[in-house]
Amino acid sequence: MSDMEETEGTEGPVAPHRVIGTPPPSPRLLGSTAVAEQVVAGHEVAAAEAEGDEHIEGLPPDDPRVVVHGKRVERIVAACFIFAFIAGCGFIAAYVGLGVHTVDKTLRSNLALGLSLSLTLLPLGLGALLWVRHLMPDVEMVEERHEMRSDDKDRRAFDQYFRQGTANSQFVKRPLVRRTLMLGTLPLIAAPIVLLRDLGPQPGTSLRTTVWSPGRRLLVYGTNQPITPAQFSSPGSMITIVPEGYTEDADALTKAAVILIKFAPGQLQIPTRYNGGTLIGTMNWTVDNIVAYSKICTHVGCPVALYETTTHHILCPCHQSTFDAATGATVIFGPAPRPLPQLPMTVDSSGYLVARSDFTQPVGPSFWERG
Amino acid sequence: MSDTDFDVPKALSGTGSWLDDRFHGARGFRVFMRKVFPDHWSFMLGEIALWSFVILLLTGTFLSLFFVPSTNEVIYHGSYVKLDGIRMSEAYQSTLNITFDVRGGLLIRQIHHWAADLFMAALIIHMLRVFFTGAYRKPREVNWLIGIVLFSVGLLEGLFGYSLPDDQLSGAGLRIFEGVLQGIPIVGTYLAYFLFGGPFPGNDIVPRMYIIHVLLIPGLILALISAHLFIMVHQKHTQMPGKGNTEKNVRGQPFFPYFMAKGGAWFFFIFGALVLLSTFAQINPIWLYGPYTPVAISSASQPDFYMGILEGSLRMMPAWEWNFLGHTLSLSVLIPFAVPLTVILGGAAFWPFFEQWATGDKSWHNVNDRPRNAPIRTATGVAAITFYGVLWAEGANDVLADNLQIPLYTVTWIARVLIFVGPFVAFVVTRRICLGLQRKDRDELLHGYESGIIRQLPNGEFIEVHKPVNEEARAVIEAKKVPALMLPPGSEDENGVPAPGSRAMLGRAKTVANRAFAETIVVEADGHGNGHGDAHGDGHGLEGAGEEHAAVGSADPHAQLPSEDGSDEDPGSS
Repeated sequence: MSDMEETEGTEGPVAPHRVIGTPPPSPRLLGSTAVAEQVVAGHEVAAAEAEGDEHIEGLPPDDPRVVVHGKRVERIVAACFIFAFIAGCGFIAAYVGLGVHTVDKTLRSNLALGLSLSLTLLPLGLGALLWVRHLMPDVEMVEERHEMRSDDKDRRAFDQYFRQGTANSQFVKRPLVRRTLMLGTLPLIAAPIVLLRDLGPQPGTSLRTTVWSPGRRLLVYGTNQPITPAQFSSPGSMITIVPEGYTEDADALTKAAVILIKFAPGQLQIPTRYNGGTLIGTMNWTVDNIVAYSKICTHVGCPVALYETTTHHILCPCHQSTFDAATGATVIFGPAPRPLPQLPMTVDSSGYLVARSDFTQPVGPSFWERG
Repeated sequence: MSDTDFDVPKALSGTGSWLDDRFHGARGFRVFMRKVFPDHWSFMLGEIALWSFVILLLTGTFLSLFFVPSTNEVIYHGSYVKLDGIRMSEAYQSTLNITFDVRGGLLIRQIHHWAADLFMAALIIHMLRVFFTGAYRKPREVNWLIGIVLFSVGLLEGLFGYSLPDDQLSGAGLRIFEGVLQGIPIVGTYLAYFLFGGPFPGNDIVPRMYIIHVLLIPGLILALISAHLFIMVHQKHTQMPGKGNTEKNVRGQPFFPYFMAKGGAWFFFIFGALVLLSTFAQINPIWLYGPYTPVAISSASQPDFYMGILEGSLRMMPAWEWNFLGHTLSLSVLIPFAVPLTVILGGAAFWPFFEQWATGDKSWHNVNDRPRNAPIRTATGVAAITFYGVLWAEGANDVLADNLQIPLYTVTWIARVLIFVGPFVAFVVTRRICLGLQRKDRDELLHGYESGIIRQLPNGEFIEVHKPVNEEARAVIEAKKVPALMLPPGSEDENGVPAPGSRAMLGRAKTVANRAFAETIVVEADGHGNGHGDAHGDGHGLEGAGEEHAAVGSADPHAQLPSEDGSDEDPGSS
């Protein structure tokens, strides 16, 4: 204590509001004399810092922030940590004691592990927070900021060294070396990009076609059974169709999935439409008021899975593009730019629905080469 | 006997000496231990992101021990009997196994997912704090840019992360991602085929996303966070305006032990909160979604919240497409993909430099602004929030329509209108509110605050007693700094020196922008003792645009700043 008082006034700290000869501050509930501690700490730093660019301000002894109930807080903090210990043991016990492998057991294990772990972590946080706020003296420091800019001397020196080094390297003087070096490294820069070429095949025209071909049967998704017009006779229903031979092929299904919709007589009016010279929609491709459209949305490729019977609207659940199934799946709302392509359909000799051909235009989202 | 006279254990002091003999560490750590960190609740927001990232690394490492990044098809015969006999990828199967067969697996998976959401949310809120307080200004522009890169990379990291389990929901998201890639002009189809190793979905995407998700991007994020923290420590943290806080100092508590203990406590709180969430709030229940098939989809599909802005802009966009010369330009995909993020992130990156240009302010700033004292910045920020918010809400337009009983298309049309009107209205209203709050500050400074005490005067009149604001509040109010009005190009100052800048369109735009930024509520000089600083008096020669204009440094308590700072702040007057 006396060391402190001797050095007072010679350095930055202004904290001790105590004059030599006056009684020491009343014992703080921090357990010891917190104010004195921080001043000591402050002085040591001040002495140690040759630059003297920082100093600590202690708080006056009557500052309410200093007055805390040290002993009580100490017990609370310790209780937090003991609680964390017990909960942590509980976590290990729950891991050892509770098995998984069924939904119920997994949920029980999750509850026990999660609860015990959070009851380990949160008291640790709470204890640490109470500790720092109520047991540590409330020290405040002021540090000076220094300009980020280097001073002129350093900048000049840097400039000089840089010039000297560059001159020594002959980089400026010998353009032949400089330029051939750049030339030599050029292929190395391109190499990583070239190396990425084999990441995948070129798209070619593969986005324009699907696996549908003349005579390929339409199988009901899920059961994988062929279907006759008579089996699909209730108007207003929609089912998902996959091509025969590709029922489990995700790559093929991404383009070839189809929806089949049954209409009541007279409701279905598909205009005969051409894109360029290609026929892309006509009533002739329907069978018995059943029409087949691509299930892949022309926006970004989600499956159009929602069908509203009364309005004949097909809705894509991703971005709400809406198509009118009765008029060739024309776009009614949303970001999809084109109707869903229609799959030409007929029946084979056994009476099952089959494709007449592939789609006559690319299915799914737009791409640059689509045209 | 002092508290500092205790015996340091030999193991500790010995190791310390050994290390210092070899690395000269005491010098650096001596300074670092005393590093001052200012205290404000909003300075902990970035820390949430930091600790979330640490938790992501911990939980992610655990998950990677069990996850199989493969799309090889298997028939499931595991613990979750509802999917027994179903064909699925090994990635999906291993995620089911983590969930149902690894003790703590479900918990760790959910912590990982919640932590990812918290990471992105904390980044957003931290960036908003930095923006609204002007903490991105010189010398901290680079750290602001690093933050924007962190956010962008975080988006991709999150998208790839939640796509890894190969479940129905994330598979649909991946399909959308692929569809968007295809829409990019010229290279789009190739990009999609190279990334996916051929047509969607292929067998390459999961292992490729995996290595990007667990190595490339985390490495990048780690490097960026390290740089961010290093720069922050090197430049010293900004501080909020307050008594004794100047541009030349930093007030707060030292790193050791205060900030260290607080940071540690904060880590435990965040970890604990995430565990609590993961215990009681189910997230991404992939076993309910089922394995991915391109044929099926569930309605009301939503991505994680941080992708909502992209989802919303896709939903909002009208069906624009342009076919020419055998090519297709898919604007209904391209615009939603590119424009909103460019506006938000590009705008954010551009803003500090725009503000410097418009204010002519090239000085360093270590005391943060109060949002009200920078009306144009604050209004722009709120406009950006509105823009983002409309897109984000539109990302759930089907859920909104369902819950609010509004027709689906009406929701989209409302969003289509709001996306243009909303930011504009938000800007105007926010600017007025800021100026109103400045007026309130001025009144408090000049006439005191409303004490709530009603007094009756002898003539029977009732008045409310106003009391002068205390020193701390006064210091906060007086910390207001307003950008200087620059001389319009072509004009001359009192010494006949022509103002720099061009008379062309850019120069005129600069004058307009400068006027807007310099708008403020003036506190009359005679109203209080600490009036206009001498260093800034010159600005008054430029007034004349009414009460709310000009008045540089109307209440600058730091007039003792070195003159080079002062002159930097109003180059128009020098």
